[in-house]
Parts: sequence; C-alpha cells; structure tokens
Amino acid sequence: MIALEGLCKSFGGAPVLRGVDLVAERGENLVVIGASGSGKSVLLKCILGLITPDAGMVRWKGAALGPDNRADFLARFGMLFQGAALFDSMPVWRNVAFRLLNARPALPVTEARARALDCLARVGLSERVADLYPAELSGGMQKRVGLARAIAAGPEVLFFDEPTTGLDPVMAGVIDRLIADIVRDLGVCAITITHDMASVRRIADRVALLHEGRIRWRGDVAALGSDPDPVLRQFVAGSPEGPIAPTG
Amino acid sequence: MTATGALAALGRAAIGALRAVGRVALFAGRVTARLWMPPFHGSEFARQIVAIGWLSLPVVALTALFTGGALALQIYAGGARFSAEAVVPSIVAIGMVRELGPVLGGLMVAARVASSIAAEIGTMKVTEQIDALVTLSADPLRYLALPRVLAATLTVPVLVAVGDAIGIMGGWIVGVERLGFDARGYLRVTTEFLEAGDVVSGLVKGAVFGFIVAVAGTYAGMRSGRGAQGVGQATKAAVVGASVMILAANYVLTEAFFSA
Ligand SMILES: Nc1ncnc2c1ncn2[C@@H]1O[C@H](COP(=O)(O)OP(=O)(O)O)[C@@H](O)[C@H]1O
Ligand SMILES: [Mg+2]
Repeated sequence: MIALEGLCKSFGGAPVLRGVDLVAERGENLVVIGASGSGKSVLLKCILGLITPDAGMVRWKGAALGPDNRADFLARFGMLFQGAALFDSMPVWRNVAFRLLNARPALPVTEARARALDCLARVGLSERVADLYPAELSGGMQKRVGLARAIAAGPEVLFFDEPTTGLDPVMAGVIDRLIADIVRDLGVCAITITHDMASVRRIADRVALLHEGRIRWRGDVAALGSDPDPVLRQFVAGSPEGPIAPTG
Repeated sequence: MTATGALAALGRAAIGALRAVGRVALFAGRVTARLWMPPFHGSEFARQIVAIGWLSLPVVALTALFTGGALALQIYAGGARFSAEAVVPSIVAIGMVRELGPVLGGLMVAARVASSIAAEIGTMKVTEQIDALVTLSADPLRYLALPRVLAATLTVPVLVAVGDAIGIMGGWIVGVERLGFDARGYLRVTTEFLEAGDVVSGLVKGAVFGFIVAVAGTYAGMRSGRGAQGVGQATKAAVVGASVMILAANYVLTEAFFSA
C-alpha cells in the first residue's frame, strides 16, 4: 500500500538516507529498526512530506505521493509521535477529537466528544481523563491519548514513532498490546519505528533494519533470531562491539 | 581587519538582513493569502483576541499614562524658553496620537506578544506539535499564524486608541496638578486642536505594527531550532525583529502621512 523507492536525503552534505526501498502492506505492521540517529524519523517525515527527499519517491496505492494527493493521504492517516505531541492548549478530549472538530464539515461538538470518549475507552482511559490537560498526564497516559487521537477518524494508515521509548516495561507492554490490537482490528497499514527489541517481537509482522542509510535486512519476525547478518545480530543482541558504530 | 574586509562584512550583513526581510515578507504573504481560503478557525481567533488584545491593555495603558505625563513636563520646560508654555495641551495631544501612542504601544506589544507567540509556537515546533497538526490535516499557517496575525492587526489599533486617550489624560493630570493649567481649558484646547487625520494615521500605524508583531512572532516560532536553546533564540529574534521593523515602518508611514 505504501512503497518507498530509492529514497535519499542529506542534511548539510551529510547523507542520512542513501536509497531506501521498502514496501508496507495493508493489515500488517512493518517495524523499522535501527540505531539512534540512523534516520528512522527522517524516513517517516519524508513519507508525510514534512521533509522533502533529495531523490526517490513514495507511492501510495500505486500513485506517486505528492502535492496533489497528499491531502487525501493525510485524511486517512494517523500517527503516534515519539513525545506524544499532544496540543497542550486544549483538554485531552479535544486533542482526540481534533480532526473531527476541524474537518469540513465538522462533527457537532457533542458527537465529537462522544467519539473521543469511545477512543479513550479503547485505549483504557476513563471519562475523568477527558477533561484534563496533557500536562497533567503521565508519559504512558500521554502516549495512550496520542494513540486515541491517531485512530479517532478511522485511519487506513498508522505510523508509530518509538511508541515505547521512555516508558517503564509494564507500560511499554500495555502500549504494545494496544498497538497490536489496533492494527489487527482496524486492518490498517502500519509502520512502526523502534529500537526496543522486546517491543519488536510483540508487535511486528515484518521487520526492516535501517543501517547506513539503506535497508540492510528485511524479513519476518520469526527470522530475527536466526539470521547470520552481523549488523542484525549485533542490533538484536545489543552488543557494543560490531559493525554498528555508535554515533549518537 | 582591513578597511575592505570591514566593508565586505558590512555588505554581507546588509544582504543577510535584506534576505531575512524578504523571507518574512513572503511568509506574511502566504499567511494573508489564507484569509480568502476557508476554513477559518474562529475559536482560535477568539482566543487570540483575548490573549493579544485584552491582556495587553494594562501594559499599554500604564506606558501611555507615564509617557503623557512626562511629555507634558518636557514640553512645558521647552516651551518656557520661548514663553510658549500654552502649547502643552496641543503638543501632548499631537505627540501622543501621531507618534508615541502607536510606537510605544507597538513596542510594548512586541515585547509582550511577539515573545509569547514565538515561545509558544517554537515549543510546539520542538515537541513535534506542528508536525502533528499537519498529520491531522490542519494547515499550521491557517491554524496558528492566521488567527494571531488577524487578531493583532485588529486589536492593536484599539489598544493604540485607548493608549492615546490615557496618554492625553496623563498629560492633563500633570498639566492641571503640577503646571497650573485650567482643567476644562486644557481639554478644550486638546479637542479643538486634534484633527481626524492625526488620530486615523496613528490607528493605521497601530494596525501595521500589530501585523508586524504577530508575523515576527509566528515566523520566528515556526523556524525555531531544536531544544530549549532554539526556542530561546527564536523568542529573542522575534522581539528584536519586531521592534526594529516597527521603528522602520513608523518612519516610512510618518513620511507617507505627514511629509510635504
Ligand atoms: N531537520 C533536520 N535538519 C538537520 N538534520 C536533521 C534533521 N532531522 C534529522 N536530522 C539528522 O538526521 C539524522 C537522523 O535523525 P533521525 O531520523 O531523527 O534519527 P532516528 O533514527 O533516531 O529517528 C540525525 O543525525 C539528525 O541529526
Ligand atoms: Mg527518531
């Protein structure tokens, strides 16, 4: 459903992506793993048009994704940001209902609020939370609100940027379960970025390893442990020695 | 550094400043163009009317009050050298309404509003909230910039009008209490002397300065660099940029309204 072809991006002469080819299908969660600073977030932002790639293209449902059809794409899209990126000027329920309230035509406020409460319940948050402000929530709750916001308008495509980073292991497990359930129940095309290997095993259908600006390895989760590729082995084992030079 | 080196550095700085002004102007054009394209975010606009206009009233009022008072003292002292103390009411009025009301009001709003807009939007940029807006099909220029620019352009003239009145009142208090003017006579001279053009020119200046303040704040915020330091830099750039642009625009407008 989403295909990247030869995506390249440099910042100030330093190449980050050097020709990434990747395909994500409907109904599966494609997990992109890679060291910190390897360009995983840049990859997502190229798809969203927040960063313009130097070369290569993104296809969505077969057509090149550009200014003409990006609005269409975004209308069917939801994303959980690394820091949740909730709007701190508005209460939780307005965050969740943001797309519904700002769509044309907009949903009536009472209906939008009801939908927001449904989505919050879906991620295990009660009505009490709906009227709090994001700053009053813990990190795990903010991520759950971010999830609720991402699914509020029934998306076809979902991106998760490091959904478990900064959470305790139990909360990370909760978020992973929610993500796995949502991807399965909504039948969406999902791309998740992470470097949390426990999380990969819980949510991934297929895995791609981003290394030195290219997809170094791709395959099913089941093949993760047994593949001889030295970069993959180092990443999976979390070993300080190997071909991955820690950069930042 | 040699003389040519210094000249080259000066030239580079001038070119850099012109580039920046060009980019800001382009940005302002892109924001303004959205006035004619729906949707319009009314609740955000209402919020900004309060934040930019209403909450700036105390600062602008106090600035005007003290400036009007000080102006009366200075004009009295200067006028005394030509035995022309009687000009105090008329010069206070014209000075406040044409120049000091809009300029000082604009600068105070720049300090208060350009900084807070830049800090708020810069923080949103750094915490990916601007990216989140895009992924939720909301245009950041339309959702964040337009309501602020419109609110500032409409409310700063009102602030200037209130500041004009309070500044004249400050001059009147000092005139009556300290300089021995007759209370009614002072006000009569003021109202007889002031012309509509004086007031209108000041209000037009106010609208332009409000526009500048909001554009500088949103522009700096949206270009904010990473981290707390990036937001700090953006805030500083917004206030300095807005203040300099206000003073430059004031000169141009004064030339346009009052020369020849
Ligand atoms: N807007 C940008 N401007 C300049 N450099 C950037 C920008 N965004 C990311 N980078 C650089 O690109 C590299 C990859 O960043 P990122 O994709 O955020 O890494 P990660 O894989 O941890 O998500 C980093 O070296 C980062 O400094
Ligand atoms: Mg990242």
